[in-house]
Amino acid sequence: MSQYTLDARYSLCPMPVIKTQDKIAQLQAGDILEVTCTDPGALHDIPAWCRINGHLVKESSEHDDEVVIVIQVVG
Amino acid sequence: MSTQKKAVALISGGLDSLLAARLMLDQGIHVEGINFYTGFCVEGHTHAIRKKDKAKPKRNNALWSAEQLGIKLHIIDIIEEYKDVLINPKHGYGANMNPCLDCKIFMVHKAKQWMDENGFDFIITGEVMGQRPMSQRKDLLPVVVRESGADDRLLRPLCAKNLGATLPEREGWVNREQLKDFSGRNRKPQMALAAQFGFEDYATPAGGCCFLTDKNYSNKLVDLWQARNKKDYELDDIMLLKVGRHLRPEPHYKLIVSREDGENKFLQGYKKQFATIEIKSHNGPLTLVDGELSDEEFRFASRIAARFSQGRDADNVTVKVTRKDGEEQLFDIAPMPVSEIKQEWYI
Ligand code: SF4
Repeated sequence: MSQYTLDARYSLCPMPVIKTQDKIAQLQAGDILEVTCTDPGALHDIPAWCRINGHLVKESSEHDDEVVIVIQVVG
Repeated sequence: MSTQKKAVALISGGLDSLLAARLMLDQGIHVEGINFYTGFCVEGHTHAIRKKDKAKPKRNNALWSAEQLGIKLHIIDIIEEYKDVLINPKHGYGANMNPCLDCKIFMVHKAKQWMDENGFDFIITGEVMGQRPMSQRKDLLPVVVRESGADDRLLRPLCAKNLGATLPEREGWVNREQLKDFSGRNRKPQMALAAQFGFEDYATPAGGCCFLTDKNYSNKLVDLWQARNKKDYELDDIMLLKVGRHLRPEPHYKLIVSREDGENKFLQGYKKQFATIEIKSHNGPLTLVDGELSDEEFRFASRIAARFSQGRDADNVTVKVTRKDGEEQLFDIAPMPVSEIKQEWYI
């Protein structure tokens, strides 16, 4: 199990979702990915993408115009 | 033992693709969705940019559809490849800059590639015969089949009964009798089917699924191409067409004036790529300047920008001009009276 980060700041939805999706495709089950975005839409869209694709959102938060979402990859 | 057949569904986020996929799930087909991002999709951006929209719930309708259906959704970035579709559409444009027929052919073609690469058996779309003037005319549906290369692996569950049987029907993977015969612009059959399936709160985009069907947006795109003397764009160009007031006082430059805080913040991200005009003495918009301007033209442009600030009625307003090379200049100007701002400058 490894930890990864993804900087999806300054890109607008759905690009943060696409970047998350493409990154997760390279990861293993159990890996943790922390995504940082500035588009508030990501707070809704990334968890929705995770739900339909079976990955786990462990945490999501928003401060100072930045959204951080922590995802556990499920195999 | 027969193996479960797999269909890839083009999911736009609208009702029709939602219903088409649901009809397949009901026939025991394994369905996964695919959604293409061209850069022009209505989803997302403007909500994210404009502060006034912040109270509205933001949702990506393609993701929402997939969640309603309980299927996976693959969102695919086709920004680069799509340029050729928009710049050189073999079948031309619709009422605005929407190349719907070429767009459909391209998307089905991409779905066919995805189908082959992922071991799926056929493609489904939510097309309804005769619903849209350009891409869904009866005589044009076979053009999509032929030119996309999908041939008889393209099934349109909502209007299949009006068309010849496709491979999934002939092979008995799906039961043709349970497919639909919708046609025309009447949306009542779709709404009745949505009610039957218990779908509520589905998206009903007015013009279509992308900004290219919008007249104002199309005008700005045409203006961009004319000013550059070539049909080309980058993602940033087409994002900026969605933001702010666009004015072209002279053929060689354009001003993008933010309309509120959210846009101001968004345009800040472009300060390194453009010369800018900021109002210093009053609250006011950030203005991006697209083009090369002389000192005198910067003063003229600043007077226009000041017109949109809270100093519009003041005798003098202090503005800061920052050129593309970073050189800054402060000067006082008189805001332009509204009567001098020509209507034809607005794009
Ligand atoms: S409305 Fe836009 S996305 Fe939809 S088919 Fe036409 S060009 Fe393509």
